Amino acid sequence: MTLELSLNQQPAHTRQGSSIGQPLTRRDGFLKVTGAARYAADNHPSGMLYAVLAVSSIARGRVAALDVEAAKAHKGVVEVMTPRNRPALAADPDAKDHPFMFRLDLLQNEEVRYPNQTIAVVIAETLEAATEGAALLSPRYEALPARVGLDDAESFVPRGVGVGNPAVQHKGDVEAGLKSAKTRIEATYETPAQYHNAMEPHAIVAAWDGDKLSIDTPSQGLAMAQGRISGLFGIAPQNIHIRSPFLGGGFGSKGMISGPQVLGVLAARLVGRPVKLVLRREQMYGPVGHRAPTRQTLRMGMDGEGRLTAIHHHAKTASSTFDDFFEPAADASHTLYASPAITTSHEAVRLDTGTPLFMRAPGEATGSIALESAIDEAAHACGMDPLEFRLRNYAEVEPMTGKPFSSKALRECYSQAAKAFGWASRPLQPRLMRDADGFLTGWGVGTATFPAIMFQAEARAVLKADGSGLMETGAQDMGQGAWTAFAQIAADGLGLDIDQVDFRAGSSDLPNAGIAGGSGHTATAGMAIHNAGAAVIARLADLATGNEASPLFGADNEGVVARGGRLYRRDDENRSESYAEILTRAGLTEIEGHGKGAPDAASQETYAKHAHGAVFAEVKVDPDFGQIRVTRLVGAFAAGRVINPRLVRSQYYGGMIWGVSFALHEEAITDRRSGRIQNANLAEYHVPVNADVPSVEAILIHEDDPYVNALGIKGVGEIGIIGTAGAVANAVWHATGVRPRRFPIRIEDLLG
Amino acid sequence: MRDFDYIRPATIPDAIAAAAEPGSAYLAGGTNLLDLMKGGITSPERIVDISRLPELNRIERLEDGGLRIGALVRNADLAHDAAFAKAYPMVAEALLSGASAQLRNAATVGGNLLQRTRCSYFYDTASACNKRVSGAGCAALGGENRLHAVLGWSDACIATHPSDFCVPLVALDAVVEIEGKQGRRHVTLAEFHLLPGETPQRENALEPGDLIVAVRLPAEAASFAANARYLKIRERTSYAFAVVSAAAALVVDGGKIRAARLALGGVAAKPWRARAAEAVLLGADANEATFAGAADAALADASPSGDNAFKIELARRIVVRALTSAQAGTPERLPALPASPFSSIPGARHDA
Ligand SMILES: Cc1cc2nc3c(=O)[nH]c(=O)nc-3n(C[C@H](O)[C@H](O)[C@H](O)COP(=O)(O)OP(=O)(O)OC[C@H]3O[C@@H](n4cnc5c(N)ncnc54)[C@H](O)[C@@H]3O)c2cc1C
Ligand code: SF4
Repeated sequence: MTLELSLNQQPAHTRQGSSIGQPLTRRDGFLKVTGAARYAADNHPSGMLYAVLAVSSIARGRVAALDVEAAKAHKGVVEVMTPRNRPALAADPDAKDHPFMFRLDLLQNEEVRYPNQTIAVVIAETLEAATEGAALLSPRYEALPARVGLDDAESFVPRGVGVGNPAVQHKGDVEAGLKSAKTRIEATYETPAQYHNAMEPHAIVAAWDGDKLSIDTPSQGLAMAQGRISGLFGIAPQNIHIRSPFLGGGFGSKGMISGPQVLGVLAARLVGRPVKLVLRREQMYGPVGHRAPTRQTLRMGMDGEGRLTAIHHHAKTASSTFDDFFEPAADASHTLYASPAITTSHEAVRLDTGTPLFMRAPGEATGSIALESAIDEAAHACGMDPLEFRLRNYAEVEPMTGKPFSSKALRECYSQAAKAFGWASRPLQPRLMRDADGFLTGWGVGTATFPAIMFQAEARAVLKADGSGLMETGAQDMGQGAWTAFAQIAADGLGLDIDQVDFRAGSSDLPNAGIAGGSGHTATAGMAIHNAGAAVIARLADLATGNEASPLFGADNEGVVARGGRLYRRDDENRSESYAEILTRAGLTEIEGHGKGAPDAASQETYAKHAHGAVFAEVKVDPDFGQIRVTRLVGAFAAGRVINPRLVRSQYYGGMIWGVSFALHEEAITDRRSGRIQNANLAEYHVPVNADVPSVEAILIHEDDPYVNALGIKGVGEIGIIGTAGAVANAVWHATGVRPRRFPIRIEDLLG
Repeated sequence: MRDFDYIRPATIPDAIAAAAEPGSAYLAGGTNLLDLMKGGITSPERIVDISRLPELNRIERLEDGGLRIGALVRNADLAHDAAFAKAYPMVAEALLSGASAQLRNAATVGGNLLQRTRCSYFYDTASACNKRVSGAGCAALGGENRLHAVLGWSDACIATHPSDFCVPLVALDAVVEIEGKQGRRHVTLAEFHLLPGETPQRENALEPGDLIVAVRLPAEAASFAANARYLKIRERTSYAFAVVSAAAALVVDGGKIRAARLALGGVAAKPWRARAAEAVLLGADANEATFAGAADAALADASPSGDNAFKIELARRIVVRALTSAQAGTPERLPALPASPFSSIPGARHDA
């Protein structure tokens, strides 16, 4: 694809040596701050109509009647799509060919299985007409009682949790470990349902041309989206072109194509014109995934030295009534703390909600706040400083599997963050610190860990006769800076200055870059780019070293280095030749190379691969009112090679602020009778504002990891949220002496 | 959104004539009205845009020492008017504690008085709500109601009035100047908003077509300038409605309270003037015991309308704190976090 405007509108980057490691600003930043970056909903192909969803206000039952006539009679309304006239699909949206094919609500029948489920789509000449048309449908329902809370339905043990982990896992004998313990704790923590609120709601502009389909929509996984749509519509994937150059945030909600996005495609099919469909903010509370509520019980035993003898982490969670996704909260206890006995177990209920799905650090975030709170309670029970307790139980090998870590600079994270924070002067007992204004002050710590995951990706590199390069991969930039970080890797891979590389991404007609999720995108697509660069340089080196006319003649492939658009003999820097010279001599206009990124199965067997971090939080609490403010956050993270420290820091900041949100703000308030979410808007679904986080610091800890991949990249997208929420909760305890057991922490919990 | 007529009258009488027709609504800043229209909570057939009526945009000092604030003065402009903030510091503080900078730039004085409740069932058109549809029932009863009213509620409605601005205004005996078909009239703010009783759909003293033209503060209101505070408990540091709030103003002389004003926000369907508490304060020694007595008096009639008993205790505590802060004296400068408990010391840095 080509962007309407070049990404290189800022002054040339001044730098020395490689692009990797440089704190470049976002190359797409200029387009974004000037409004020139074209997001999905900014596209208006000629003849485009507007589609608006009519959504269910009941949680369970069926639609008995819709006043389609009234909607159609409204001026400007072109068509109303209902189960009766919805174009046929090649596959049943309720079919599940594999565990990661999630069921979609595509008007397959009149059944309602959650509030905000689409029950019709109104298509009109204007957004206003479509909106009013949707209101005029005045649905009548046959409603059944809604199942809303974790106690409202029968509990069962799911077949798998998260991405297919066993629901129950054991190592050692937890009961024996608890029995032998000198000190024991047991505590239950509750986390609420949280919903996706990316700035950009899901949007799609779809246009059909015969059986060719052109789509503008935000996607964290272009090839997966293409595959899903191909299956649903029975058209070849290559007939589907999806453009997704910019996403206004994804956080997992745009990982898989959602029902409403497919409905936009169906609407365009029905009317035979391009259609735009944008979710209203409140319509995001249902069909695009969410973080399920949990109730977690932790039991821990400690010996006389404060060493863990057993951890039992049990989590109850919920999925929808019609599909399976189970927040793997208890699995957070697999990797962090050494214990001879660990059991993690899950149970679940089915509620009348949309299917919960991936939301930034699924399982890790929910599990971490409970685990880190419990670890804090355990430290206190042993009379130990919480940091000292964590170090006492430091895992030298992965606790659940016994595998060595590919790298683990967590000790360094603890020590550097603790130093920057000033942890050493912390009193052991709670409610002892007051600031000059009389506010209760508390300090807390939390540990972060997130697996270094890789998927599969491909990239294509081209060197041109003018010496410039091209790198293509269908990567996705959710705002995290992929346009920049990948271009940096591409520049180094091609041995070119970054401004000489035309980097292309964000389009499904480029090589499959896998999914931007699981904190694995930079590692996966980055490795594909790196390898594509290496492949094309290898071809170039062959051309040079095999040609007598070249000053590089005779040096084998290992003997040349690519830098600044030239190949140099490794053993003699004076002998070099520019890319252009090599290609021109060979009579070639360009040469091409391909690369793949994938996890290394062998090292996967041998090593446990994780990023780590430590977060320290300071909170102030008004002693009379229980109002809380996080005044300081200091985190240190070790996540392998840092491609761009500026972008990495911004991921940590964002994650840490989300951790504050988890501890203090975010919650979907659901009416206990109707199952409708009562605060589905940005005024009442609270996330932190600037005043809630006056000071955030993220320290990057150097870490070389030869095993994760050749570039040494682990991934930074999710780890910031983990540990932070627990650190805040623990700081609240330290400030007040009240142990938070449900989140978000509320004023009434602290009133005393 | 339903189609509607849009009228932009040039004069006040034209506006009133247009708005007197059934199905009309005035549009001021639109920060509340447009949300309500988009959500289908109200569907006016005619929008009477008063936002450019010039004569409603002024702040005038009156001969008797009072102040007259035009109904279209923007919340931000009023709060940042230096003379205003000096004379009525707790009103400025309340204004700046509300909403966000963007909203305050758009929101008007009249609109702020008339903003609707934030009761989520009022906004959820699939729920029963007596305010929206008289006689339909009240879904908030037995629902998610931890932020609902603890004073003056009825079984027909337990919603609160969400305004910050109105709380110090009612404490200072503000008067609403209304122009309608029968000419101008004045209604005290204390009488302007109505408690729900059996008719929660009737929220205030306005008749169809009535236009708020100004809010007046009597001369006496400025006499509290040295000892006045507004305090607001929130669930995040900024950009949140009050869980409970309090405006407290005192005149203290030789340790004795010579005059006292107290009002609570976020507790009832109207800004809640606590006259019984004022009676406790008047003539008493300005100390914590007195303030605690005043707090008890202010909340004597309070009762939970749901999962909100904590608000009663919270209100008691905020009354004591607001009175203590008022006694300590109005800060020289408005705190960086207006009305926040995290700004108890003016000028203090809260990020350190
Ligand atoms: C996200 C959000 C957060 C907020 N947070 C707070 C907060 O923390 N504290 C707070 O106090 N407020 C808060 N508000 C509410 C805000 O203060 C009000 O929306 C605003 O004051 C309304 O003023 P307006 O001029 O925009 O009114 P409009 O929306 O134009 O009008 C509101 C109502 O008043 C009527 N009206 C307006 N002017 C007149 C007049 N002169 N005569 C007769 N009728 C009139 C209109 O017909 C309409 O019914 C918040 C609002 C939002 C959207
Ligand atoms: S409390 Fe009042 S506004 Fe809320 S649902 Fe009940 S009647 Fe409606």
